[in-house]
Amino acid sequence: MIGSRVERLEDRDLLRGKGRFVDDVVLPNMLHAAFVRSPHGHAAIRGIAKAQAAALPGVHAVLAREDLLPHLRNERLVVGLPSKSYKQDLNRPVLAIDEVVHVGEPVAIVVADDRYVAEDGAALVEIEYDPLPAVADCCAALAPGAPVVHRGAPHNLLAEFRMGYGDADAAFAKAAHVFSESLWQHRGGSHSIECRGAVAAYDAIEDRLTLWSSTQMPHQAMRQLCDMLGRDENRVRVVTPDIGGGFGPKLVFYPEDVATALAAIILGRPVKWIEDRREHFVATTQERDQYWDVEIAVDRDARILGIRGTIVHDHGAYTARGVNLPHNSAETVPLQYDVPAYAMNVRVALTNKVPVTPVRGAGHPQGTFAIERLLDQVAREMKLDRAEVRRRNLIPPEKMPYKARGGQPVLLDSGDYPRCQAEALARAGWSDFPARQQAARKSGRYLGIGMANYCKGTGRGPFESATVRIGPSGRVHVYTGAAAMGQGTKTMLAQVVAEQLGADLANVTVTTGDTAAIALGLGGSNSRQTVMAGSSAHVAAVKVREKTLAIAAQLLEAAAQDLEIVGDHVRVKGVPDMKVGLAMVARAVAGTAGFSLPQGMAPGLEATEQMVIDDMAHANGTAVAEVEVDVETGRVDVLRFVAVHDCGRMVHPTLVDGQIAGGTAHGIGNALYEWMGYDADAQPVTTTFADYLLVTATEMPRVEIAHQESPSPLNPLGVKGVGECGVVPVTAAVASAVEDALSPFGVRIAQTPIFPAQIVKLIEEARR
Amino acid sequence: MSETRNIAVTVNGKRYERSVDVRLTLADFLRGPLGLTGTHLGCEHGVCGACTILVDGQSARSCLMLAVQANGHEIATVEGLAPSAERLHPLQEAFRDNHGLQCGFCTPGMLMTLVEFLRDHPNPTEGEVRVAISGNLCRCTGYQGIVAAALDAAGRMRKGG
Repeated sequence: MIGSRVERLEDRDLLRGKGRFVDDVVLPNMLHAAFVRSPHGHAAIRGIAKAQAAALPGVHAVLAREDLLPHLRNERLVVGLPSKSYKQDLNRPVLAIDEVVHVGEPVAIVVADDRYVAEDGAALVEIEYDPLPAVADCCAALAPGAPVVHRGAPHNLLAEFRMGYGDADAAFAKAAHVFSESLWQHRGGSHSIECRGAVAAYDAIEDRLTLWSSTQMPHQAMRQLCDMLGRDENRVRVVTPDIGGGFGPKLVFYPEDVATALAAIILGRPVKWIEDRREHFVATTQERDQYWDVEIAVDRDARILGIRGTIVHDHGAYTARGVNLPHNSAETVPLQYDVPAYAMNVRVALTNKVPVTPVRGAGHPQGTFAIERLLDQVAREMKLDRAEVRRRNLIPPEKMPYKARGGQPVLLDSGDYPRCQAEALARAGWSDFPARQQAARKSGRYLGIGMANYCKGTGRGPFESATVRIGPSGRVHVYTGAAAMGQGTKTMLAQVVAEQLGADLANVTVTTGDTAAIALGLGGSNSRQTVMAGSSAHVAAVKVREKTLAIAAQLLEAAAQDLEIVGDHVRVKGVPDMKVGLAMVARAVAGTAGFSLPQGMAPGLEATEQMVIDDMAHANGTAVAEVEVDVETGRVDVLRFVAVHDCGRMVHPTLVDGQIAGGTAHGIGNALYEWMGYDADAQPVTTTFADYLLVTATEMPRVEIAHQESPSPLNPLGVKGVGECGVVPVTAAVASAVEDALSPFGVRIAQTPIFPAQIVKLIEEARR
Repeated sequence: MSETRNIAVTVNGKRYERSVDVRLTLADFLRGPLGLTGTHLGCEHGVCGACTILVDGQSARSCLMLAVQANGHEIATVEGLAPSAERLHPLQEAFRDNHGLQCGFCTPGMLMTLVEFLRDHPNPTEGEVRVAISGNLCRCTGYQGIVAAALDAAGRMRKGG
C-alpha cells in the first residue's frame, strides 16, 4: 500500500463531473449574496444609503456594519499568529467601520433571490466616500512623511524583528570578499481555479449554524465563528467540501465567511456567496513584494563566513495571518548551508492593498532566491563554478541531524544535500552545457543554465487528528482534521490505514474537513498533511489492527500472531477458510445489552490519535533550469527543468511527482509572468487573467523529476511534506539561467518576475 | 426587470424546455436550473476554460454564452462523457491513469476541450496537445499529467477505446 501508485479515491467522481465543490451545494430556499466593495485604496466613509437597493424586487436584505453589530460579540477577525514583533494590531472588521483601507474591502452585503439580482442591488447601494491619501509601495510606506494606511495609526510599520546568530559584523570584518545584492521579489496570488465561497444555513430547531466553506482550516474557522458570534462548539459546524485548489490563501478566515453566516442567521434562510475572479483579485489574500538588501562575506576559498541584510515586506492593509511569511523568508537564507554568522533585520510595512498571507511556498522561495543570487555572485566574481561554490558550503550528510540556527533553533533531520545536487547536475548535463551554449551562440541563440538548492521545513506541528474506526458494516472509516484541497489527501490516508487493515482501498472511507466528524483539527497548510495526519492515522490504524487481531483470536480460537487481515476479514495464515469478517469483529465489541464483551476488550473498534510532533521534517532538493532568451524581445523560454528532491519516504510517488510538477509551474509563473500590479494610488491594475498571466501548457517544459528518499526520523512513517517544495527553488534557478544566457552582456538579474521589457532594458544599458 | 424567453436545448442527448432570463449565462443555466454542476466557473471572463462545453460539437466557453443563445442547439457537458455508470470514456481513463487531475476543478473544461481536439486530431504531437489546451488554466498539475493523459488517450481511442 504505502509506496504504491494506487488509483486515487478522488478521481472517479471528479472525472464524471460529480465532485461537490462549495458552489455545488444547493439548499432549499437558498438566497444569494453579493458584496459591495471599496473602489478606493483609502477613504473615509461618510454615509451608506441602502434604501434604493433594498427596494429592488428580489432583494431580501442590504446589510452594513450597523446591521451586523447586534449579532457580533466581536466585530474583528482576530487571527494573527502570535509574535512579539507587532507594533500595531490591525485586524480586519467583518464590514468596514468608518474607513476603507484597500480596494475590494467589503462594506455591505446584499442578499437576493439570485446572484444576478444581488449584484443589481449591490450596484444601487450608494456609499459616500472622502478619498484619503493612499500608499501602495511598501518602501514608500516606511519613508518619512508617507501617508498613513489607517487614519488613526501612528505610522505604517506593522512589525519589526531581527533574526540571527553569531557575530555577523566580525565575520564581515575578517572576510576576504564581500558581495551584495539589492533584490525586488514579487509573488502574486494563489489563483486556485476555484475561487472562494461559503454557504451558510441556520437551523432554528437545533440552534445550529452550518457553514460549507472552501477553507483549508475548518476547525479554525469554527473557532473563529464561535468567538465572533458568541456561540459554543455544539452550535457551529464547518464543512469543507471538495476544494478546487488551495495554495495558501484559503487557510485564511475571511470577513465574507462571517457576513454570509450572519446573513443566514438574520434572514432565517440559507445564503450562498461565491467569489468571482474579479473579487478574488481584490479580496483574497496575496503575497506580493519584498525588497532585500543583503550581503555575504566569504573567505578566500569561497566558504561563507556570514550573511547580513535587511528585508522590507509588504503586509497589506490588515493582519490576516501574521508575520510568519517574512519570518520564513529570513529563516530560509542560511538553512541548508554552513553559515557561521547571520543577521537579518525585517520590517513589515502596511500598504493600502489586500492583506498578505502565505501562498504556496510561504516566503521560502524569496529566502532561497536571496541566498542563491548571492552564491551566484560569489561564483562569478571569484571565477568558480556555481555548483562548486555550493558544494563547498552545503551541510554534509555526516553532520545530520544538524542543529541549524535560522530564527529559532531548527533541526535538519535527514538528507544528503550534496548528493542531491550532484544528481540534478548529472541529469541536466551541467558539465556539458558550456559546449552546447557556445554552439548555440554561434547561431545567434542565447542559452543559459541555472541551478538552485533548497531546504524547507514541512509538517508544521503540533499535531493533526485522525480517528480510525471499523464499523459494524465491516468498513474502515477514517476521520481527520486535515483538509483535502486537491492533492489526494484522502488517497494518502486510505493507503496509510489500509496498510494495517486489510490492504483494500475499496473498503476504506475517508472523511476530511468536517468539524462534526472529529473534535480536534488544524487543517491544510505548511505541507503538513502527510506528515501530521498521516502519522496520526498510522498510529491509530496500528492500534485498531492490534485490537482487531486480539478479538479475532478469541472468535477463531487462534493465536493473534497467527492471524492476518486480508480485505474485509481476518484469517488464519495459511488456512484461508478459518476466517471471520471485520463486521463480526466490530460487532463483537459493539455490545449487546445484557451480554459480556469478549474477554479483556473495551467497547468499540476504533482509535483516535493526535500525534504531537514539534520539529519539522525538512525536505530538500535541487533544481536546474535551462532557458533561451531572445535578446531582441526579452522573451524567456524555459527549455528544460530538472527537479531532484527528497521528501523522505514516499507514500504515493505519482502524487509526489504531481506536487513537484505543479509547484514548478507556479514557480515559473513567479519567475517570469505573475505580477499583481497597483498604481501609485493603490488601485489594482491587473484584475483579469488577460493582465495577470498564469502559466499555460505552452510555457511549461516537461519537468524531469527524480527522487531521493532520506526517511525522516521524526515520524513513524519516515515521511516529509512535498506540497510546497516544487515551487521553492524555481525563481532562483530561472534567474540564474537567464543571467547565464545573458553573460556576454554582463546583465545581472535582481528581481522576480523577470519581465521581457526589463531584460531588453538591461541589455540596452549593458551595451552602452 | 429582466425579460424571459422560452428555450429548448438538448444537453447530453436529453431535451430540456425552460423559461429563462435573457441575461442568464449558459453556464449558470446548466449549473442552476438543470443541476449539471460538473461544468465549473473559474474566471467568468473567458480565459480559464473551466466552463468549456461543446455546442453542436464545437468547444465553447459557457460563461461567455447566454442560455438563450443555446436555444435549438445540442450541448455536451462532462456529465455526458462516460458511456455508463460503470465505464469511463477513454479520455477519462487516461486522466485517471496519468494523474491528469488533482483538485479536479479545471478537469471538466480540459476534458471537453480535449474530446473535441482528439476527435479532430487523432494522432497529435506533444506540442500540438500543449497548444490545444493553452486556453485552459490548471494551477495544480503543471499540465504534465494532462499532456501525458491526452497523448495516452489518443492512443487508446485510435485502438477503439
